[in-house]
Amino acid sequence: MKKLLIALFFAPLMAFASGGNVHLDKWPGAVSDKAALQNGAKLFVNYCLNCHGASYMRYKNLTDLGLTEQQVKDNLMFTSDKIGGLMAVAARSDEQKLWFGATPPDLTIVARARGEAGNAGAGADWLYTYLRSFYRDPNRPTGWNNVVFENVGMPNPLWQLQGQQVLNHETHKLEMAIPGQLSPAEFDKAISDLVGFMVWMGEPQQEFRRTLGIGVLAFLLLLFVLAYALKKEYWKDIH
Amino acid sequence: MSNQGKMDCGRRRLIVATAAVGGAGAVAALVPFVSSLLPSERAKAAGAPVEVDIGKLEAGQMMTVEWRGKPVWIINRTPEMLGTLPKLDGSVADPKSEVDMQPAYARNETRSIKKEFMVVVGICTHLGCSPSSKFKAGAEEGMPADWLGGFLCPCHGSTFDFAGRVFKSKPAPTNLEVPPHVYLSDTRIVIGEDKKGA
Amino acid sequence: MAAGKSEKYKSDGSIGGNALEWVDARFPATSLYKEHLSEYYAPKNFNFWYFFGSLALLVLVIQIVTGIFLVMHYKPDAALNANGVPIAFASVEYIMRDVPGGWLIRYMHSTGASAFFIVVYLHMFRGLLYGSYRKPRELTWLFGVGIFLVLMGEAFFGYLLPWGQMSFWGAQVIVNLFSAIPVIGPDLSILIRGDFVVGDATLNRFFSFHVIAFPLILIGLVAAHILALHETGSNNPDGIEIKANKDENGIPRDGIPFHPYYTVKDIVGVVVFLMVFSAVMFFAPEGGGYFLETPNFYPADPLKTPPHIAPVWYFTPYYSILRAMVWNFFGLPAKFWGVVGMGASVVIFAFLPWLDRSPVKSIRYRGPIYKTMLTLFVICFFILGYLGTLSPSPMGELISQICTVFYFGFFLGMPWWSRMDKFKPVPERVTMK
Repeated sequence: MKKLLIALFFAPLMAFASGGNVHLDKWPGAVSDKAALQNGAKLFVNYCLNCHGASYMRYKNLTDLGLTEQQVKDNLMFTSDKIGGLMAVAARSDEQKLWFGATPPDLTIVARARGEAGNAGAGADWLYTYLRSFYRDPNRPTGWNNVVFENVGMPNPLWQLQGQQVLNHETHKLEMAIPGQLSPAEFDKAISDLVGFMVWMGEPQQEFRRTLGIGVLAFLLLLFVLAYALKKEYWKDIH
Repeated sequence: MSNQGKMDCGRRRLIVATAAVGGAGAVAALVPFVSSLLPSERAKAAGAPVEVDIGKLEAGQMMTVEWRGKPVWIINRTPEMLGTLPKLDGSVADPKSEVDMQPAYARNETRSIKKEFMVVVGICTHLGCSPSSKFKAGAEEGMPADWLGGFLCPCHGSTFDFAGRVFKSKPAPTNLEVPPHVYLSDTRIVIGEDKKGA
Repeated sequence: MAAGKSEKYKSDGSIGGNALEWVDARFPATSLYKEHLSEYYAPKNFNFWYFFGSLALLVLVIQIVTGIFLVMHYKPDAALNANGVPIAFASVEYIMRDVPGGWLIRYMHSTGASAFFIVVYLHMFRGLLYGSYRKPRELTWLFGVGIFLVLMGEAFFGYLLPWGQMSFWGAQVIVNLFSAIPVIGPDLSILIRGDFVVGDATLNRFFSFHVIAFPLILIGLVAAHILALHETGSNNPDGIEIKANKDENGIPRDGIPFHPYYTVKDIVGVVVFLMVFSAVMFFAPEGGGYFLETPNFYPADPLKTPPHIAPVWYFTPYYSILRAMVWNFFGLPAKFWGVVGMGASVVIFAFLPWLDRSPVKSIRYRGPIYKTMLTLFVICFFILGYLGTLSPSPMGELISQICTVFYFGFFLGMPWWSRMDKFKPVPERVTMK
């Protein structure tokens, strides 16, 4: 009876693991890779922060990636003059709405927002696939479309690095029409780093959270042993 | 009551051990709650050191900048103003700045790094009002005839000289606070920082 | 029991003893302690299912304490800040990033919300297993149903506060349910919102309900729930009244003092619970997207509904029942009957003490009919809960209709089927299994 109940409880959770209509490539990176995150941060401030804010983040947080405040100031700080300042876009959101028709969304927690119920890593996979799936489409006002995000409003921000892909309508596969500054493998690595940065940025303390969790569980295990022994000690009188 | 008689050593030891470990856990659980009461990153960013250009501050003039939400005065003191300080050693409460209201490098005659530039937090040490400047000597600004110039707190009448030293028999207990500050160049100072970080 | 009331604490001459004597002469400290802890005799055969009452109390404390600290930093303001983000939404991220330790407090609160429902559902299921709602504990049960209703309100109001997409559209849908009530409906939903859409006024009043009004009611009901329980004494897995068999001192032969026996036992339960709680909080704070739903990481946007909105998992069974009602009856629209069905599915629990007509309380001495019915009921509840998280589909609708019929059949048929069972003889004394 108990087993049945437990099975019933978890069955719906498992059923959720499936879903989604476009195949997403698995993000190959890891949040613990500090060097990759630093590279991702550089790509982010150079290619994303012009239009998208990361306005819950402070530049100072970037020192957690193993950078000194001076390094952050010299290499990554373009929209604020204060190290404690927020990574906001220079442009005001209502002006952007006028220029782009919509305010580009804030990206601080986009990796969490793009997650899926039952699949915690889906946000990273989505970003990793999306940023590599732009293709030329003359029917779009921007000249760009995306396999993952159909009729996307944003033109490919990284086309100089990636080159220009086109969609082969027969095979439904993307093909490289004009190569960019990076080889496909180099570009994939760059996007992986960028996605890693965005995953980290979604919750900068996530590594610490897990470390702390191990400590807390170890402590509770010790407390459990003691509490259980105490309970046994008292309950030996009860029959 | 009956179980107290039965309280043997093993049981007592277990109670103490469980209570000690559980208590330690409870104290550790307080950490996030107590630390959440400390200034946040936003407050720290707002209280970050302030860089000020003092190149345009003329002799005898005062400017006010905000640091940690408090007014910080920068006064370019004239030789006459500086000249009043030794004369007042007898009338101020702490002429040698013995009370720790300034960084070590400002514990001198003029309470400043550079003689002429006074940098001081414009908050009365009595109950936190901001004193007003009464730079002109004599009775001209409604002060006593022997007034040599300085500051008067409007709330409870504490008076301070041009080095922020409090006069004797006034409610304010100490001299005005000199904040940590550092010169980047002759005309640029940073308030809120002792030495320039890396 | 009788002896405890009049005895006052006598000092042993120490300072602490004198202080206690002074207090005890003016406040019923000793008698409260005895009545509710050291001389509250609980049946000695409590099993696993009896942890969840004290755990519910623990979660309530966690929610109140973390809530107090969150309120210090959270701002219920739907206006946009300089970066174009609603201030309420930004203040949650401010807690997560800028407030020292804030992320941990917030995760405790968000995990605590789901933990509250898990613990309360298991606590209620215990009541169904062992007939805890039966005479003489009907009032305890009714207070409990009241707690459950208030808790649902509390959770609903709290879910709006992060002002994300799910917060906004969830509130939008639920508040619009009230517009299904004939005649007064449309005005009522405007009254609840304080605006023509869910807006700043709604956010502020929900904040007020969430942080003060409902917690006050909740604490009052919890006190009443415990007082009523301690008046009748606890039920147990055998469903036997231990007070029917007392020794020469008037102490139930099958009872043991709550303190120290159940305090030390509950501490073990608390530690195990905290382990599970910490495992979720530190390693999967989103609860797989069920405790913190991913669309809620987007700020509320009144112009864009997320492609798929579902209530938080603990509301999904009732939400399914709402969606299962697709027919117009008696000239009233299906929408109205959906709301009625959803409300009834929760309130119907209150009638259990009078619907159950079996001669025994515990499932241990009931026959196959009750075991089958209860199992099917639990399965239906899970299926409804699961379907409530999905987008509507014809198949899902049919299944949820079948489950809804069974759900109500379980309760409404109970006066008949609960009597027809084959019962086993109930022993005189409790059994230690």
